[in-house]
Amino acid sequence: MHGGSRVHRLHVKIGELSGVEVDLLKTAFDTFRERTICEGAELAIDTVAPAWACPSCERTVARGAILRCDACGRPARMIQGDEIILQRIEMEAPNV
Amino acid sequence: MCETCGCGDPEIVPIEVQERILSDNDAQAGHNRSHFDGLGLLAINLMGSPGAGKTAVLEATAKLAGERLKLGAVSGDLATDRDADRLNASGIVSATITTGSACHLDARLVHHALHHFPSSDRDIFFIENVGNLICPAIYDLGQAANVVALSVTEGEDKPLKYPVMFQKADLVLLTKIDLIPHLDFDVAAVEDAVARVMPEANMLKVSAKTGEGIDTWLRWLEERRPATVERPSDGHQHEHDHEHD
Repeated sequence: MHGGSRVHRLHVKIGELSGVEVDLLKTAFDTFRERTICEGAELAIDTVAPAWACPSCERTVARGAILRCDACGRPARMIQGDEIILQRIEMEAPNV
Repeated sequence: MCETCGCGDPEIVPIEVQERILSDNDAQAGHNRSHFDGLGLLAINLMGSPGAGKTAVLEATAKLAGERLKLGAVSGDLATDRDADRLNASGIVSATITTGSACHLDARLVHHALHHFPSSDRDIFFIENVGNLICPAIYDLGQAANVVALSVTEGEDKPLKYPVMFQKADLVLLTKIDLIPHLDFDVAAVEDAVARVMPEANMLKVSAKTGEGIDTWLRWLEERRPATVERPSDGHQHEHDHEHD
């Protein structure tokens, strides 16, 4: 590692239908960060509600509704809500 | 060091990553996909609860397909070879992926199994996932389609309770329909539940016991088979940068 640079904050984006349970992810992070450069780092989680939309007219379909466009009859597509993304790492700049 | 005020605190720099946390698995799944393409076979990720009837459906599929199609399968199993033994007995060339305490297959486990698989001339290759309606949905294995087996004894509300699994499904197989006369099971209710979590809702009703619906399921599979390709002797058309053990 370069000069003991420490990570201060990790930003992750987790969709509610990604299959990842946010509380369990926090527990896992707290467990596995020990004695790493992430020890003491904050895990900032941005949760994303699922949403579907018609691929033709972009009309949105509400969660729990039939996933088909009222207007066009086409199957709706998920536009968000299944992401598991490491967005950003905030860390100390290496001493130069 | 901080150059703004000279306080001596380290300077914090943000590093943009924007990478999928499972990108390693995705890359491995892409590699598996090139294996499947090279072999000219249709790969199906078959998921469902323990006891949903995944193995029984495959046995019935082999019975109907007979000599017409060469079927292969790998079965994810925590501790036994029972599923692979049953499938081999039914005429499907099969191997077990022993997962120990892991509750799902990932692309690396499937890749390893592919390189130890006893046959490279299969038409349809089933990846029978570990019985579980949660974790298997998250991991791409390189399959062409995800199929979820849901048995009538599990209840009509399961699609609503496990939306991640059904969101990822290309087909739902409603299994054990021969039991419907003995149950208070509402087929319309499960169709409605599927339509609320699966964008291109598609459900086939089958019974491995009576064979009902297995013909439609087999047709669904055959329609998805890739166009015939010239098969290389070892199935390796893709570039490899790794050793096979």
